[in-house]
Parts: sequence; structure tokens; C-alpha cells
Amino acid sequence: MKTVDLTVNGVTARRSVEPRLLLSDFLRNELGLTGTHVGCEHGVCGACTVLLDGEAVRSCLLFAVQADGHQVATVEGLSAGAVEDGALHPLQAAFREAHGLQCGFCTPGILMTLVPFLRDHPHPDEREIREALSGNLCRCTGYQNVVAAVQLACDGTPTPDR
Amino acid sequence: MEPRRQIGERVRRTEDARLLTGHALFVDDVRLDGMLHVAFLRSQYAHARLVRVDATAARRRPGVVAVYTAADLGDYWRPGPLLVPPPPIAGLVFNACTQVPLAKDKLRHVGEPIAMVVAESRYLAEDALDDIVLQAEPLPAVVDLEAALRDGATRVHEHLPSNVAAHAVQRKGDYARAARGAHTVIKRRFLYDRGASAAIENRAVVAQWDPRAEELTVWDTTQAPIPIRNGLAQLLGLLQSQVRVVAPFVGGGFGPKIMMYYPEEVLVPWAAMRLGRPVKWTEDRQENFFATTQERGQIHDAEIALDKRGKILGVRDVFLHDTGAYDPYGLTVPINSQCTLLGPYEVPNYESEFTAVFTNKTIVTPVRGAGRQHGVFVIERLLDFAAKELKIDRVEIRRRNLLRPDQFPFNNEILFQDSAPLTYDSGDYEPALDQALELIDYHRFVREEQPRLRAAGRHVGIGIVCYVEGTGIGPYEGARVTVEPGPGVRVRLATGVGTQGQGHFTSFAQIVAEVLGVEVADVHVITGDTREFHWGTGTFASRGAVVAGSACHAAATRVREKILELASHELNASTADLVLAGGKVHVRGGDPSGGIALGALAVKANPLRGAVRPGTEPGLEATAYFGPDRGSTASGVHAMLVEVDPETAQVEIKRYVVVHDCGRVINPMIVDGQIHGGVAHGIGNAFYEQLVYDEEGQLLNASFMDYLLPTATDVPHIETAHRETRSPLNPLGAKGVGEAGAIPTGALFAQAVEDALSDTGLEICEIPLSPNQLFALIERAR
Repeated sequence: MKTVDLTVNGVTARRSVEPRLLLSDFLRNELGLTGTHVGCEHGVCGACTVLLDGEAVRSCLLFAVQADGHQVATVEGLSAGAVEDGALHPLQAAFREAHGLQCGFCTPGILMTLVPFLRDHPHPDEREIREALSGNLCRCTGYQNVVAAVQLACDGTPTPDR
Repeated sequence: MEPRRQIGERVRRTEDARLLTGHALFVDDVRLDGMLHVAFLRSQYAHARLVRVDATAARRRPGVVAVYTAADLGDYWRPGPLLVPPPPIAGLVFNACTQVPLAKDKLRHVGEPIAMVVAESRYLAEDALDDIVLQAEPLPAVVDLEAALRDGATRVHEHLPSNVAAHAVQRKGDYARAARGAHTVIKRRFLYDRGASAAIENRAVVAQWDPRAEELTVWDTTQAPIPIRNGLAQLLGLLQSQVRVVAPFVGGGFGPKIMMYYPEEVLVPWAAMRLGRPVKWTEDRQENFFATTQERGQIHDAEIALDKRGKILGVRDVFLHDTGAYDPYGLTVPINSQCTLLGPYEVPNYESEFTAVFTNKTIVTPVRGAGRQHGVFVIERLLDFAAKELKIDRVEIRRRNLLRPDQFPFNNEILFQDSAPLTYDSGDYEPALDQALELIDYHRFVREEQPRLRAAGRHVGIGIVCYVEGTGIGPYEGARVTVEPGPGVRVRLATGVGTQGQGHFTSFAQIVAEVLGVEVADVHVITGDTREFHWGTGTFASRGAVVAGSACHAAATRVREKILELASHELNASTADLVLAGGKVHVRGGDPSGGIALGALAVKANPLRGAVRPGTEPGLEATAYFGPDRGSTASGVHAMLVEVDPETAQVEIKRYVVVHDCGRVINPMIVDGQIHGGVAHGIGNAFYEQLVYDEEGQLLNASFMDYLLPTATDVPHIETAHRETRSPLNPLGAKGVGEAGAIPTGALFAQAVEDALSDTGLEICEIPLSPNQLFALIERAR
């Protein structure tokens, strides 16, 4: 067993874990942060994306021990926590407004992919948004309203769709 | 204050805040004290005799609590139920062979479960899989459909004389006579291969037995919690009321999460009761590729007979359907293929014969579209080839054969999957075709753009296809609407159909909100929990809005009557003079502030003392059910512009247009989203996704690295337009939409790509394509 010390959503956590424990399983099962979803466990679907020191990573491709001493951010830390209107992060609010999610399973990973992308590219065009999303699989939306949600979050004008 | 329209409005979804913040409960999020974890040992063989399973070492491994093989299940080992008995087609042959919980003496597909390890963690359970010693004798695998039917072929089920799972013929008129009198007969062979449903959430089951309450709770990623509850109660010898099945948020369904009684679904609750501890199993992606049902393998030999103007005289289709190793879902998929082939066209003579074939591959059950794709592919491709042969424009040949509005209801004289005659309830097809032509600017493209671009050496093509979709079938669904007593306005709505992302929380709330004159946000919807509602079947066949939506409407209407009746006494006015709006009842023309709020009225509807009038039911609550006579028929036209690079066989979709008619639209935002997702799924089926089995029955691409789902850079912007031809079969006038987008895409893709490459003369008669396959077709045509 190894001890990991890390900060998750601004809160410090210390746990003794097996070296083989995936970061995704650590977040979900040790810390109860089940907003991070697991869709493939081989780094393709992107549902488990979290931030490690501010950058998007696949938590299924990291061991918990690799996050020792680092800052992790999950979808639970994105908004103020309550689910009333005012508490949503602007990106979350845009997803709701533009119908950027259906079953919602891939959504936390998409949001966590977009946070650093929009930090670095505050005014992306549609092609750049689609490139940024191309590492996240979604089976429900056809991506169209995900793109529209990102556009809405950036400049308040989603692609007209009717 | 007047009542406000809610049905038909673009209302943002009430379920989204929970999903966006990570607070929505999915089955794998369920964590219980003392919970154990399961891993399954699965067959590596497509076909083998199972000689011995020795779990001694696995049982000894620290952290392992139990290991079960078929022998350990005792009386609990039994084949699963036949889920959908076939319709009463004359002369039908059907051999039911349903899946078993753990393989006993024979392995019939890769991924079939052999042993179940229960341990303190999933990691330990997977470790112990390596300890199990398996002795098996490989048998030749049955993979190819035609080879499977040859004399002397190895049999998947040895008690049967052959690999025939079913054989059915449906006829309308006399095709042979029609063909004899035809100007032209076109014959082709069409292939359609398998894809994965690929919900991003894999399956999962958690079960907990409470010995004090004597109650079993099961969280299940199912599209049909009520049938699962009823089936588990029967299997486990419990009363239905002792079993609660919860389908919380489910991360995409697409068909295979229907009431399968999957082995894992049956074994996890059994183990939880036996061990007295909660038990969880979550499928991993690799298991999903082998153990979650799949669809789409068919081979069609089809012909169409036409007069010289291109009018269809008849169609004959003989096809093979791959049902996989077992056939628990009956004949839903091939019957959908058989019925959907007729499309929006008048086909006076039809002969359709299919043979369903057992193979050593994963079980086949409906996946979004459920066999309809194949029918659309066959008829649309036949019309394309006929148009070329007769030198008629492809749009014109379709137009000449479309059913006219005055022909509805239109009886196709064959049986649909719901055992009812295939009768289209309503439709108006030609205006939809014209609208699609206009949106994609078909005539200008064909006359001006395409010749200009072709002259510049570019391979651009256009496609346009029509389809119908049988939706909204029975038997029934139900709903209970309750006005919550107390201050303010809160309405509860409970219904049995669970949600896998279709927006039920919002669409159903819109229906109830409109009937009761409240806001959508005031309607709290509970779906997929058998403790809240325990009558119904499930979410399948694009039927949620039609069948459950109509039940919500009926229950809300009954509550509205109760509200008005009670309020008429309270306000001393006739019910005809009352207005129900803004969460209150008031007298028409009077001061709305003088009315009664619904919560306060609900308090009065449940008095604690005094007397009530005889026959009074307590509360402002009603339960209602809705079951249509038969399904309603949605329709649409898809059109697409593509550019193909013949050197790389890459296809770029330049534009994609959908004109869709699902009757009355409850929430256009949700309907658009359903279409977008369906089209993306269809594009995947057409060009990216194929489950590749080798001759040993081994799946060669069982990961998302090798099996390509379309990504955000592959799916184009989809332009949608809605038309509303209401269904006369339900009070909302609604038709289903969940599967629509995925159905015509393969046919459209083939037509547009073929058009782009018309200089090569190639014909596309197979789906899925890939750049490799398309390149091979181009080479062959040259």
C-alpha cells in the first residue's frame, strides 16, 4: 500500500491505496466523487476526464499514486455545488440552454475537457471546438448541440438550428 | 390569467442541472456498506464443449467470498424467458433457444459467462478469474450465414436439426404475376453487417437484500425496470411487491438495455440474497463488446418489378438474418426489416421470406432502428437502380410511388412486430420530399453545381431517401399524477418508463403542466422506480412520448376533472366557469387573486375529520393507462451532399438535411436532439462502425481504439425541419422519434457516395462501408 496526498476540488485528501488503483476508481470509490464517469478504461471515450494541475487528463489512464502531491479537479468542483440556477458554472448553464447533453453520462468528461480548452482558446471557431471535442465520445447528441453550447458559453450566440 | 401552452414549446430540460453537476445517480454510483464486487469468467471460444470448470484455487484466494459455476446454481440454473413471442404469421417456424445464466456443457459465443467470482473488490475478483481452470474442446465456429445453412454444417444448438432459428413468409398480392407483367425487373444482393450499440455507460447491476424488510432492491441499467422486477420476483420466489427495481439515470440505452434478463442481471440479485451482502457488477468496455447484445447482420436477395414509368408493381425479398447464439427477443428485428421495406410507397404485390440463423456470435436484439435500416436500404437502393435503368430522376421515381394523403389509414396487409396488421395511421409524404429538395437545393445542385464541380475534377454527390418508421407500439403504459398538498404548487408525476437521455422528465412534465395549468418546473417527475409505479413495459420502439406521454395526459386530465369538481364546490361556481391557470383555480372573469391554489385545494381534498360526499376519492390524484390499437407511423426524408476523394476513399459530408414528421412535437429542442443523435449513429453504421468477426468467431476489434465511433469532427451539422401530421391513434397526436435519425442513413450514404463516384460506375450494395471497403469497390469498378 502507498500513501497518496492530494488536493481534490480544493480539499486535501490522504489515503493509503494499492499502487495499481486507477485514479478514476480512487475518485469514485475512495472519495465518493461519482460525477467522474468511466466509459472504456482505455483512454478513448474521455468520460473520465479530470484536471490534473489544471490540465485535462484521463483518470482511467493514471494511477492514484501518480496524482500524489498534485491538484485534481472534478466536475463536482465546477459549480458552487447546489443545483439551483445560480450555482451552475457558465459552461454548465450553456449546456443546459443549448441542450448539449442527453443521457449526460459523457458530459462531465466533456465539461472538464472544455475548461482548459476555453481558458487557452477563449474565442474558438467551430472547427477548433470540434477538434477540442474529438477526444470525447458521445452517442446521444451527434455533438451538434455540444458545439452550440460551447459557442453559447463563449459569446452568447449558439449556432441557429432551425 | 389564461392557461399557457406548454406542449410544443422549446422548454429546457429539468433533469440537466443534476447531470451537469455530477450529482445524478447512475447505477455504478451506488455504494453500499459491505458491498461485494463481481467479475465474470467468460468464454474465449466462439464454440466449444465445456468439459470442466475448476474454481478451487479461486475460492481459496484471499478476498474472494464465493465463486459460482453452472453446477453451483442448482435449480436457479434455467434458460431465460422468451421475451417477445413471434406474431402469428401463417406457416411460421420458430425455434426458441434462450440464453443461460452460466454456460453448462457448451460455449456458444465469445464472452458467454462461465463462472461468477464475488470478492471484496473488483480488482480482487478479476485477479481470481486467472485462478479458474477451464477445460474445453473447441468446435468449428458457425459464423457465415450461408455456410451455417448448408447440409452437414456444425450446429449451434445440437437438439435442433439445423441452424434455422426461424423461417417466415409474408405475402401481399401476387408478386410472381406482377413480375411477369413488368416492364423492368431489377435484382440485387444487399449486405448489412453488425455494429455495437455502444452506449457510453456500460451495463451495471447492484442488488441488496434487506432481511428485516424481506425486500430486494436492484439498481439496474435497464430500459424496462418493471418487467425485470416481475421476472426477478418469479425467479427468486418472491412477491412482486418484495422486489424494487430502480433504473436511475441510465447512460444511453439504444435497445440492448431492454428487459433482457441478462445472465448478470439474474445472478447478481441471487448472489446478494444468498450472501446476505450487497453485490455490484459493472460491465467493462471489453465485456460490453462481447456480452451486450448487437444487431444488423443480414443478407438480402431482392428484386423489384416496375412498369415503364417507374411505378412499382411489386417487390420480392429473400433474406437471412443473423440472430447470434440465442434468440430471446423473438423475431422483432427481421419483422421490422420485412415491414419497413415497404416504406412510404404503394407496393401492390410483396413477397418477403426470411430465415433467421443461429451463429456463434453475440446475441442479436434490437439496436436503435431495430431492423428497419435493412428494409429502407433494400427498397431505396432498388429504386435508385431502377431510376438509372429507366432513366428517370431518382426523386421522380420516388414521387411517383409515394402514398397519397387520401390513402390513410393504409393497410399493407402483412403483420407488424406488435402482431397487429401493418397499417399506417396517417402521413403526408410528398410535401416532406419537396421541402427536403428545397432545403438542399437539389435541382440547382444537379443542374449547375455538380456539373461545374465535376468539370473541375471534383467528386461531389447528392443523395435523397424517404422512409417510414413504425413507432409507438403497445401494449400500454401508465402514469400517476398527484397534486402535493401544502403551500404553493407542486405536482408529482410517476410513470414506469425509465429514461436513457430522451428528456422524459421534461416532455412528460410539459404534458401535465399544460393540462393542469402549472409550470413545467412545478412538475416533479419520477421514472424507472418500481416502488413509485409498477405497471408498464419499458422504453423501446420509439414509444415513450406516444404511449407513456398519452398515459400522462390521461392521468392529468382526470386530475384536472377532480380539481374542477372540488373547486366548483369551494368557489360556488359551475365547473364551466372555472379557469385553471398559474397553479390556481379561479372563476372566469373574476379576480385571479381570489382563486384557490392547487396545493391548498389538495389539502381540502384529504380531510382528516368530518364527512365526505359518498363516492369521493381522497386527494387530487389519478392513475391512468394508455394502450394504442397499434403503432403510429412516423416518416421523413433525409438528403445529403458529399465529396469523395477517390484516391483515399475519404468521404466528407458537406450538408445533411432532415425533414421529419413525428406527428405533434412535444418539445422541438428534444426532438431535434433525438434526430441529431440518430443521424450520428447512422453515420457511424454507414462508414465507421463494423464488428469484425473472423472465421473462428473471434471479434477482432473489441475496443474503442479499434471500433470507431464517430467523433465531433466526423458528424456534420444537421439541418432539421419538422412537419406535423398528427396521429389519430392517441390524444396527443404524437408519433415516435427516438430511432428515426439512424434509420435511412445507410441508404442515403450509399446513394450519395455512388453519385459522387458515378464516373467509376460503381454500385454500393453493402453497409457498413469504410474507406478501405470503398476503395476496394472503386478499384473493382474501374
